[in-house]
Amino acid sequence: MTNPVVLEAKNLVKYFPTVSKGLLQRSTDSVKAVDGVSVQVRAGQTLGVVGESGCGKSTLARLLMRLLPPTSGTVLLDGADITSLTGRELRAVRAKIQMVFQDPVASLNPRHSVGQIIGTPLKFLKVKSATGAREHVQELMELVGLNPEHYNRYPHEFSGGQRQRIGIARALAVGPQVIVADEPVSALDVSIQAQVLNLMEKLQRDLGLSYVFIAHDLSVVRHIADEIIVMYLGKVVESGSPSDVYSTPSHPYTQALLSAIPVADPRAAASHKRTVLVGDVPSPIDPPSGCRFRTRCPRAQDLCALEEPALIDRGQGHPVACHFPG
Amino acid sequence: MSELVLQVKDLKVAFSTVDGVVQAVNGISFDVRKGQTLGIVGESGSGKSVTASAIMGLTNRKSADMSGSILLGGLDVLTAQEREIRALRGREAAMVFQDPMSALNPYYTVGKQIAEAYEVHHPKTSKKERRLIALDMLAKVGLPKPSECIDEYPHQFSGGMRQRIVIAIALVNNPRLLIADEPTTALDVTVQAQILDLMMNLQQEFGSAIILITHDLGVVAEVADEVMVMYAGQTMESSKVQTLFDTPSHPYTRGLLGSVRSLDNSERGALHTIAGNPPSMISLPGGCPFHPRCEFSASMNGLCATVQPTLRVLPATGSESACHLNDDQLLSLGLGVNHD
Amino acid sequence: MIAYLTRRILFAGVLLLAVSLFTFLIFTVLPTDPAALTCGKACTPDRIEANRTRLGYDQPVTTQYVRFLKGIVGGRTYGEGQGEFTCGAPSLGYSFSQKDCVTSLIARTLPVTASIAFGGFALWIIFGIGLGMVSALKRGRWPDRLISVVSVVGLSFPTFFLALLLLFIFVIWTQILPFPSYVSPTEDFFGWCQALILPWLTITIISAPYYIRLTRFGMLETMNEDYVRLGIAKGLKRWTVLRKYVLRSALIPIVTVAGLDFGVTLGGAVFTESVFSLPGMGRLSIKAVSDSDLPVLVGTTLVAGTFIVVFNLLTDIFYGFVDPRVRIHK
Ligand SMILES: Nc1ncnc2c1ncn2[C@@H]1O[C@H](COP(=O)(O)OP(=O)(O)OP(=O)(O)O)[C@@H](O)[C@H]1O
Ligand SMILES: Nc1ncnc2c1ncn2[C@@H]1O[C@H](COP(=O)(O)OP(=O)(O)OP(=O)(O)O)[C@@H](O)[C@H]1O
Ligand code: SF4
Ligand code: SF4
Ligand SMILES: [Mg+2]
Ligand SMILES: [Mg+2]
Repeated sequence: MTNPVVLEAKNLVKYFPTVSKGLLQRSTDSVKAVDGVSVQVRAGQTLGVVGESGCGKSTLARLLMRLLPPTSGTVLLDGADITSLTGRELRAVRAKIQMVFQDPVASLNPRHSVGQIIGTPLKFLKVKSATGAREHVQELMELVGLNPEHYNRYPHEFSGGQRQRIGIARALAVGPQVIVADEPVSALDVSIQAQVLNLMEKLQRDLGLSYVFIAHDLSVVRHIADEIIVMYLGKVVESGSPSDVYSTPSHPYTQALLSAIPVADPRAAASHKRTVLVGDVPSPIDPPSGCRFRTRCPRAQDLCALEEPALIDRGQGHPVACHFPG
Repeated sequence: MSELVLQVKDLKVAFSTVDGVVQAVNGISFDVRKGQTLGIVGESGSGKSVTASAIMGLTNRKSADMSGSILLGGLDVLTAQEREIRALRGREAAMVFQDPMSALNPYYTVGKQIAEAYEVHHPKTSKKERRLIALDMLAKVGLPKPSECIDEYPHQFSGGMRQRIVIAIALVNNPRLLIADEPTTALDVTVQAQILDLMMNLQQEFGSAIILITHDLGVVAEVADEVMVMYAGQTMESSKVQTLFDTPSHPYTRGLLGSVRSLDNSERGALHTIAGNPPSMISLPGGCPFHPRCEFSASMNGLCATVQPTLRVLPATGSESACHLNDDQLLSLGLGVNHD
Repeated sequence: MIAYLTRRILFAGVLLLAVSLFTFLIFTVLPTDPAALTCGKACTPDRIEANRTRLGYDQPVTTQYVRFLKGIVGGRTYGEGQGEFTCGAPSLGYSFSQKDCVTSLIARTLPVTASIAFGGFALWIIFGIGLGMVSALKRGRWPDRLISVVSVVGLSFPTFFLALLLLFIFVIWTQILPFPSYVSPTEDFFGWCQALILPWLTITIISAPYYIRLTRFGMLETMNEDYVRLGIAKGLKRWTVLRKYVLRSALIPIVTVAGLDFGVTLGGAVFTESVFSLPGMGRLSIKAVSDSDLPVLVGTTLVAGTFIVVFNLLTDIFYGFVDPRVRIHK
C-alpha cells in the first residue's frame, strides 16, 4: 500500500441534465450519475470498481479519462490537476491514461486492419516510437499474444478474446501509465475471460501499469484488484482491500451483492443462504433522501432517511457508508 | 422414474450461409422428465439457442437442414404440421428469452400480452376472466401492485420486472416444459438471484420441467438437477449436477470448472485457462471437436484428431462422456480441479 | 397527452409564421421590381408608380409583411376611390397578370390538386404497403424478385416521361380513355375518375416503390425481433402475429413518411398536372413563375408550406396515439 498515487479523483460529481423535448419546455431534473466519489489509483496496482447496472461505473471511468467534464470535483494525475486541461496539454495526458472497452466488436472500426487500429493512437497523439511504426505495432501484437503476421487482417477475422487483445494492444501503443478498463471481460466466455485476465496481470507486472478495472462480476474484480470500491446509485458505499470487502463486508448492500453470486458448487449452493434484495434500484434522477440504499435495506431505521452516512471507518478496519454496519 | 416430457434424439441442425454450412447442432440426444431441471451449459456459439428454437418449432424449416427427432407432447416437432406445433406451444412447452428488454411487444399493455397467451389455449373465456388470470399471474411472479401494472406498457418496467412478466406469459398455460434461454444473463446479480428464486418456486407450484440454458456454471450449480455440457454443437458430458462438480468426466468440463474455481479462489496468481479459441462452426476440426484445445490430445497418438468419440456411460459415476480417454483417466480428471 | 398536444400545436403555429415570413422575404428581396411587373409592355412610369402605391410596394418590407399578415386575417383593400377593390379574408394578395385575388385563384385550383393527391395517395399506399408485405413474406422467392424488379423500373422513370408514356398508351394509341379533362366529383363521379386515373397511376408508379421498400424492410426487421418470436412461441396464429406484432411496428414509421408525402403532394403535382393539362395548384405556380407573378408565387408557396406543416403535426399526433413510448414520456 505504499506505492505512490498515480491517478486520484477528489469528490467527483457528474449530473446529466435530463433531455427536454420541444422549445417550450424547460427541464431542471438531472441524472445524478456520479455524486461525490473520491478514488486513488496507486502505481502498479489495480483499483476495482463494482456495482449494478446504472450505478455510475462507466461515467466514473469517463470522468477519470477526462472524456467527460465533471460537474464538480478534481482529477489529479501524478499530483497535477488535470481537470481543466484542453488541447495539447490534454493530449499529453491522454497518452498517459488509456481505455479498454467492454465490447471488443463495437469499439473497433471494421474497415481498418488490425495494424491500423493499433497504430492509430500513435499517430493521433503524436507519440514517436524508437522503431518504425509497423515494427512497434507488431511488437505490441506479440506482447498481447497475437500473431504479428496478422497485421493486415480485419477485426471480424478474430474471435472475441482476440479482439479484446487488440483493444488492449491499442491502449498500450502510446505507453500509458494507467489503463481504465470498462468491463473488459464481461462479453467473453469463462475460459477466454481467464486468458484475458492472465494477460492483463502479466502486463501489469512487466510494464508496471496501474489499472482501474470495472466489472459487474464480483469474482473477476476480487481476483485482479488490490483495492475495491463498491458503488450504489452514484456513491461509494464501501471500500477496502479484497479481503476487507469480500471477507468482512459491512455494508448491507455489499453483503447482498456477495450473497447473490451463484456458487459453482451444488453442495454449497444448497446450504448457502441468500439475502435476496427486494425491489429495484430507485431512479438516479430522484434518489432517496439520507442513505440512498434505504428503500431496499433490510436494516434501515429512521435515522437512515434523515442523515446521509459518510464513507468512514466505523471500526470495521475499512470505510463503510452505513449508520449501522455489521 | 417420473414421466417423460421431452425426448430429443440425434438432433442435427445446419444452416447454409454465404460462407458455408454452419453445423450448429451436431447430433445431440437428451431426455427431460416431469419436475426435473436440465441445465445446458456451453460457450457462446455452441448451439444452445439453436437447440431451444428447434424444440419450440421456431426454426425456419426452409433455411435450416434438420434431422433426428424431438418428441414433445406425443408429436415429433421436426415433422409435425405447423398447426399441430402451434397447439403444443405455450401448453406443452413455453419459452423465456435472454433479453427481457426486447422480448415484450412495445405496443400492448403487459396485461394484454399475458391474456393473449392464455386465450390461445382457452379461446372460450371472456375478456374479464382473462384479465383476472393476468392479474393473478402478475401477483404470482411478484410484481408489486398488479392491478396498476396490468395496464402499463413494457417500457415502464425495469429489466428484472420485464423478465418476471415474460415468465408470467410463459407459465400462464401451466406448461409441462419451460425452456429458459439465458434468462438472467442480461440482469444484475441481485436481480438474477430474484429471478432464479422465482423460477424455482414456480416450478414447485406448477410442476413444470425446466431446461435452463446458461454459460454460468454457478447458475447451474444452484438450480439444475442434470447438466449437459455442449461444445461445438455436440454433447461433451452429461451428468447429475453433483457428479459433474465432484468428478467432471470430460477434459472440457474440467477446463471450464478449473477457470471458474481458480477465479472463485481468493488467492491471486495465474488463472486456470483453456488454451486457444472456440472453433469456427463452418470448418469444425475433424475427430473430437475439442482436440485443438485439449491438453490430453497430444498423448493420444493422433486418435483425437481423426476419430470422433461417442458418448458412453461411465459405470462408476453414471455420467456420460464423449472422450477417448479410458474410464480411469476420466475419473481422475476431477482430482486436480477442486482444491487447487 | 394534452400537454403534449398543445405543445405540438403551438410549435406548428410558430413554424407556420416562420414559413410565411421566409417565403415573403424570399420573394421581396428578389431583384425584380414587383411594381413593374403589374402591367404589360406598354407601361408608362407613372402607371408603374401608381400601381406601386396602390399595392403598397413603396412601403418598407416590414410594413408590407404586416399588411400581408393582416390581409390573411381580415381581407385587404387595394387603392382608393374609383380603382378600389377588395380581396376578402383570407387574402393572400392580388395577381395583376391574372386580374384576380390570389385566394380565389388557389380556391379554384385546389380541388383539382386535392383530387389528384387523394386518389394517388390511396393507390400508392395500397400498392406500396400491399406489395411490400407480399415481398417480405415471400422474401427471396419469385414474387419478391418480380416486385423488386418492377419497382426499380418504376423508380427509374422521370415523372413527366412516365406521364407522357401513359398518355400515349391509353389516350392516343389504344384510345381506351379520353384526354383528361377535370370535372367535379359531385357533378360526375365517373367522369372525375376517368379524368384522374392516369395522374393517379403516374403518382402511384413513382411513389409506390419507395413504400414497397420501406414496408419490406420494416417487416423483415421486425420479424427478427425477440418479441415476435415470443408471439410465435405463445402459440399465436401466423396471421395474428403478423397483424398484431409485425405490421404494427413496421407500419408506424411508414405513416410518418406518408403523412409528409401527402402534404407535399397536396401542394401541387407540378409535372403530372402539366402533362395532363389539369388546372391544379402545381400548374398555377408554374405559370406564376413564367409570368413572374410574385403574389401568386408567395400564395401558393405559403399554402404548400402550410399543408406540409399541418400534416407533419397530424403524423406527430398520430404517433403519440399509437406508440405508448412517445405517449407517456412526453
Ligand atoms: N450521456 C448521458 N446522458 C444522460 N444520462 C447518462 C449519460 N451517461 C450515463 N447516464 C446515466 O447515468 C447513470 C449511470 O450510467 P453509467 O453508464 O455510468 O452506469 P454503469 O454503472 O456503467 O452501468 P452498466 O453496468 O450498465 O454499464 C445511468 O442512470 C445512465 O442512464
Ligand atoms: N439462422 C442462422 N443462420 C446461420 N447460422 C446460425 C443461425 N442461427 C445460429 N447460427 C449459428 O449457429 C451457431 C450456434 O448458435 P447458438 O445461437 O445456438 O449459440 P449459443 O450456444 O446459444 O450461443 P450464445 O451463448 O452466444 O447464445 C453459431 O455459430 C451461430 O452463428
Ligand atoms: S445507512 Fe441505514 S439504510 Fe443505509 S445501508 Fe446503512 S442501515 Fe441500510
Ligand atoms: S477425445 Fe481427445 S481431444 Fe477430445 S476431449 Fe478426449 S482427450 Fe481431449
Ligand atoms: Mg457501464
Ligand atoms: Mg444463445
